[in-house]
Amino acid sequence: MSLVRTLETLDRRWIFLIVGLLVLIPLIWPLPLPLTVSRRVQGFHDAIESLPDGSTVLMSCDWDPSGKPEMQPMTRTALRHLFSKNCKVVVTVLWNGGPGIVDEQLRFVADEMGKKYGEDYVNLGYKAGNEAVMVLMGQSIASTFPRDIRGGVTADYPIMKKVRNYSSFPLLVSISSGYPGTKEYVQQVQGRFHIRMIAGVTAVSAPEYYPYLQSGQLLGLLGGMAGAAEYEKARGESGGATRGMVPQSFAHLFVAFCILAGNGVQWLKRREARA
Amino acid sequence: MSFHPSSDVGVWVAALLTLCIFSFLYKDNPFYKFAEHLFVGVSAGYYIILNFWTVVVPNLWEPLVKSFSAPGGPTAVELGDYRIWLALPGVLGVLLFTRLFGRIGWLSRWSLAVIIGVYAGLKTTGFAQSDLVSQVQASLVPIFTGSFWPSFNAVLFSIGLICSLLFFFFSREHKGALGGASKVGILFLMVSFGAGYGYTVMSRISLLIGRLQFLVEDWLGLR
Amino acid sequence: MKREFPLLVTALIGFFMILSFFVPHQAVSVPADFLQVCAVIVVAFGYVLGGANALRVNFDAIYKRQPGWPYKIVLVVSLLAMVIVGAIEGKGFQGEGTRFTWMYERLYSPMSATMFALLAFFIASAAFRAFRIRTLEAGLLALAALIVMIGRVPIGDWLTGALPPNLRLSAIQEWIMDNPQNAAKRAILIGAALGVMSTGLRVILGLERSYLSGED
Repeated sequence: MSLVRTLETLDRRWIFLIVGLLVLIPLIWPLPLPLTVSRRVQGFHDAIESLPDGSTVLMSCDWDPSGKPEMQPMTRTALRHLFSKNCKVVVTVLWNGGPGIVDEQLRFVADEMGKKYGEDYVNLGYKAGNEAVMVLMGQSIASTFPRDIRGGVTADYPIMKKVRNYSSFPLLVSISSGYPGTKEYVQQVQGRFHIRMIAGVTAVSAPEYYPYLQSGQLLGLLGGMAGAAEYEKARGESGGATRGMVPQSFAHLFVAFCILAGNGVQWLKRREARA
Repeated sequence: MSFHPSSDVGVWVAALLTLCIFSFLYKDNPFYKFAEHLFVGVSAGYYIILNFWTVVVPNLWEPLVKSFSAPGGPTAVELGDYRIWLALPGVLGVLLFTRLFGRIGWLSRWSLAVIIGVYAGLKTTGFAQSDLVSQVQASLVPIFTGSFWPSFNAVLFSIGLICSLLFFFFSREHKGALGGASKVGILFLMVSFGAGYGYTVMSRISLLIGRLQFLVEDWLGLR
Repeated sequence: MKREFPLLVTALIGFFMILSFFVPHQAVSVPADFLQVCAVIVVAFGYVLGGANALRVNFDAIYKRQPGWPYKIVLVVSLLAMVIVGAIEGKGFQGEGTRFTWMYERLYSPMSATMFALLAFFIASAAFRAFRIRTLEAGLLALAALIVMIGRVPIGDWLTGALPPNLRLSAIQEWIMDNPQNAAKRAILIGAALGVMSTGLRVILGLERSYLSGED
């Protein structure tokens, strides 16, 4: 059988195997590769860095386990950044599958940095309703989330004493995997309530937020695992996203090769047919 | 490099379920089907409990019960405190369940009407403000800035924006000047779709990296 | 009552929500806030309905011994287990160390993540078998995809490290994202906004009635 025929009828499971190995091997034997911090990631970093120490920030973590590899590093690094400035963090979750995994990140970073629940941070948990919840928070956060993720009364926590609505926060940090998330916050909250906003999003949705960056509706953007890795570098950290960059690079090279090889095979096939 | 498999039963359960789902890559099999149905069942049960304890109880039941002992009585209303009036969304929520019963299923339309009305209104104003007004405003930038590359980029951006918008104008046939502009618009759109494809590949590969990181680091402890 | 009343309700509420964007007065903001609270509660009931419907459909499939019915037993048992455990745990069901949290972290979370991780393999396979460059437009799409894919990851700069900074793949990739890509995306945003606004108004005015599906 000719090479062209072999490649044309290649069992896709060989491709699956190569992808798996290209991702697995660098995870076990890591290689160093240089990372540069892009302008939009620097914008995200600078927006937090410019906050007065001790500010109370709203962080909406709208993701679930399906977006964990991209969202977890962003969430953890942003939390460490905020806590390092002694900022207090009020967290909400608008994705069904998210509250547990977001709470896991909060507890992980809070324990690491010695932060106390109810005083330094609070997780208000999940609320159904998407955009309606976002607009409701513009009136009162405590009445939208009467109880937090642990079942306690929201208004009783010390951190919530000075929090009323969006006007209580100098910054909104949106870490989101899709709908509802960053786009809805820009539409319903950023314009209506005039709050400064930065976002960390999955790579698949990142291109659609570039117009918001250019218009100033977003001050900074982390796009996918690469954005998370750049943010880790900007913070002097090396976490899951940085470790993922080498397998990511090899996999991308392979997909690029697949595009070129697939078209090469078709071109050779057409040439053989003409001959 | 050391090998320290986890001693946590939960991690082993998670790892085995992960491998059951990955087995689909070889071919569909009973392990995958088992994991798939387990996932659907666990998800459905999770959503029921989540919405019950995080919305139905704190946002409906508790305020309703408290309204009878609150100062001013159950009918007093102020922003954020709707007391007995919360019975209305409660009834609408229960009416949704009439969809399960054919003959009285039409009652659920009242509940849907409220949801559709609220979200149609919110989305209309949200899109108008952020995706139309703000975006058009941000597009009105100086084209000639005094230096070459910013001016070039501004001209290119403006041409791309106008031509791409003209591509979506289907009230006239794409001939003549409109046809030419549409063709230019298509080129910009193709660049955009290509960039989107590149980012999509990055996103999907990241998801695989995450799972393999779990298997390698958390389950097998290979560090 | 069956069609006209819901259409009237949608129209009144829709107009009121649009009005609330422009009018901050209490006479408008309090009812608008209440309507949003109604929406939140009804949506939550909707999720509960979805779960209940899944139970009903699968019970039916088990009873009628439809193909794959043993797997449906797994589905029903796991659904009921999750509901029972969650009901027993109470308000603090998502707290650290609860049985519900264990089921979420060890069952729901890994399976949810792995389902999506399968896509990585399929996207590579589709790149080889389905991505065909036959026209100028497809070629432009492929070129942009290749530059962005390689330029966005560290290996792009490693491969083109010898070039001046402005000519490296990461710089070209950033230029593509900031300029031609941004222009097209903005056009799509504006077009979509006009579409959503017109659809929203059509729904509010009762011209779009597909959400009232079903017999009268």
